[in-house]
Amino acid sequence: MTLALASVALAVILIPAPAAAAPLERFFRVGAGQYAFTPASLRANPGDTITIELHSTDVTHGLYVDGYDVSAEAQPGQPAALTFIASRAGVFRLRCSVTCGTLHPFMLGRLVVGPNWTLARAAALAGLAVLAAPLTLRKAAE
Amino acid sequence: MKRLALTRSPWLKAALKSRWPQFIAAALLLAGFLFVIVSGLLGTPVGSRNFGIIAVWILWWALLILAAVPLAGRGWCAVCPIPLAGDWLQRGALLGPSGRPPRGLNRRLPKALRNIWLQNGVFTLMALFSAVILTNPRVTALALAGMLAAAIGLSAVYERRAFCRAVCPVGGFIGLYAQAAPLELRVADTAVCAACASKACYNGSESGYGCPWGVFPAGLARNSTCGLCLECLRACPKDNIALNLRPFGGDLEKPAARLDEAFKAFLMLGAALAYAAILLGPWGGLKAAALAVGSPAWLAYAAAFLFICFGLLPGLFWLAVRLGQVFAAPRRRTARRSDFALAASALVPLGLMFWAAFSLSFVFANAVYVLNVFSDPLGWGWDLFGAAGLAWQPLLTSWGLPLQIGALVVGAFWAARVARRAAAQGGFHALPVTGYAFGLTLAMMGLLL
Ligand code: SF4
Ligand code: SF4
Ligand SMILES: [Cu+2]
Repeated sequence: MTLALASVALAVILIPAPAAAAPLERFFRVGAGQYAFTPASLRANPGDTITIELHSTDVTHGLYVDGYDVSAEAQPGQPAALTFIASRAGVFRLRCSVTCGTLHPFMLGRLVVGPNWTLARAAALAGLAVLAAPLTLRKAAE
Repeated sequence: MKRLALTRSPWLKAALKSRWPQFIAAALLLAGFLFVIVSGLLGTPVGSRNFGIIAVWILWWALLILAAVPLAGRGWCAVCPIPLAGDWLQRGALLGPSGRPPRGLNRRLPKALRNIWLQNGVFTLMALFSAVILTNPRVTALALAGMLAAAIGLSAVYERRAFCRAVCPVGGFIGLYAQAAPLELRVADTAVCAACASKACYNGSESGYGCPWGVFPAGLARNSTCGLCLECLRACPKDNIALNLRPFGGDLEKPAARLDEAFKAFLMLGAALAYAAILLGPWGGLKAAALAVGSPAWLAYAAAFLFICFGLLPGLFWLAVRLGQVFAAPRRRTARRSDFALAASALVPLGLMFWAAFSLSFVFANAVYVLNVFSDPLGWGWDLFGAAGLAWQPLLTSWGLPLQIGALVVGAFWAARVARRAAAQGGFHALPVTGYAFGLTLAMMGLLL
């Protein structure tokens, strides 16, 4: 039983998501105002060439993409753009990279590259853990 | 359940009995604490550049919730700088007992305050203003100064550590989650205590103060109320106090049923969910509402926060426990009222892991600010060790997500185990409570991932 649960857990972690469609060029116009990006969530497929044009609506903001280590800075009225190839699949946080006010560290968005199975995988792992819990207790009692 | 008494090592025991290491740590922390207040008041008003904000809400908070509490329970309380001045005021001494009677009014703590309801209240109050406290250096400084003043004031009126026991909003949740820690202070042999005339651990002796937390060590079954100050270890003439290593979650094997602690657990879960939504979510309107203290939007936010913590979460939990009672095997069906608080012990590891996951999501991303502010603590253009200008760069970004998922999965697993134990001890079925913990885990995952 334990072994079965462990192998299911491993499968949940390792099963690859289906391969995506042919790469595209994608353009996003992202607004930045204290303390949110609009839209806050961007989607792309692996291999896509992504261009983000950042428009600030109040003070200077930045946009940094976790995992890709690229960023841009936009002043109000002066949009800035960054382009990169979405070579890695997964969920990546977008973070404001210029101190823009009190909640600046929490000015966040996200980029999803490929089908987003992270949440489903995490939920499945939690489910398996909950199922496994009574087993570990019975063993301790024996 | 196995225990390993650290105090069996003569070397370690001598180190623990000496007051110097603890005093030096607390004194240094007090200096840091006062500097946080000064930098909060005089330093730059920009939160992410202010020493006070970063030292407290990034560095201290990360060390507390990711290391100190999970590993050492109330270990922080053992070196906390806040009660230092009040202790000195009462004792008239900084190290060993002076032999003089305690100073101040020395009243007993009223019975109504010997629980954590007031701590729940203070925490709630702080939580409602948290977006401002977390980001505004002046407000952080005032909140910390207020805690220091309250600790000193209460020590002049009441005996022992009234602030720690009844008021401190941090101590409340440290005590709750300390039950999960693999470290405990207990008496080695309760029979020795029963035959002991002096009860020096509680009453004090020339070698140690009577328990500052008002605890009789022989009665300790859980970590929540013991501040790990080690005075009983110093006071006991029979050498009967032990500091033990134990498995994680030692106190949750035989969970306690206390309603004040149950509500602390709901409050902590609700706060973790709320902060995850406000601070890490994409909703700018929510952030603005939490910041605009006093505005109608903030009032709505405050009402929602209170409803989630004191209405929704306990209400759904009550339903889950009720269902569990209905589904219990008939011969075990007792449906006691204490089942609710008993079952809430499952929320202890769950909440601890929620907070770990939440903290992981912003601590490493903002770690560079720690170097910045230590190099230029007042934002006055200093550069003490060349890190003031270090460009912001999030750390460990590829590890953040797996670590957060791991923490939440462990939390669900652990909660399910404790729920089983609590269910066996009470008279209800564990499944609905486990389902509740699983549901909240999914909600937290939805907010964090
Ligand atoms: S002084 Fe020591 S032996 Fe006496 S009651 Fe306290 S812990 Fe037990
Ligand atoms: S029981 Fe001992 S270690 Fe715990 S608070 Fe009291 S005196 Fe300090
Ligand atoms: Cu910004």
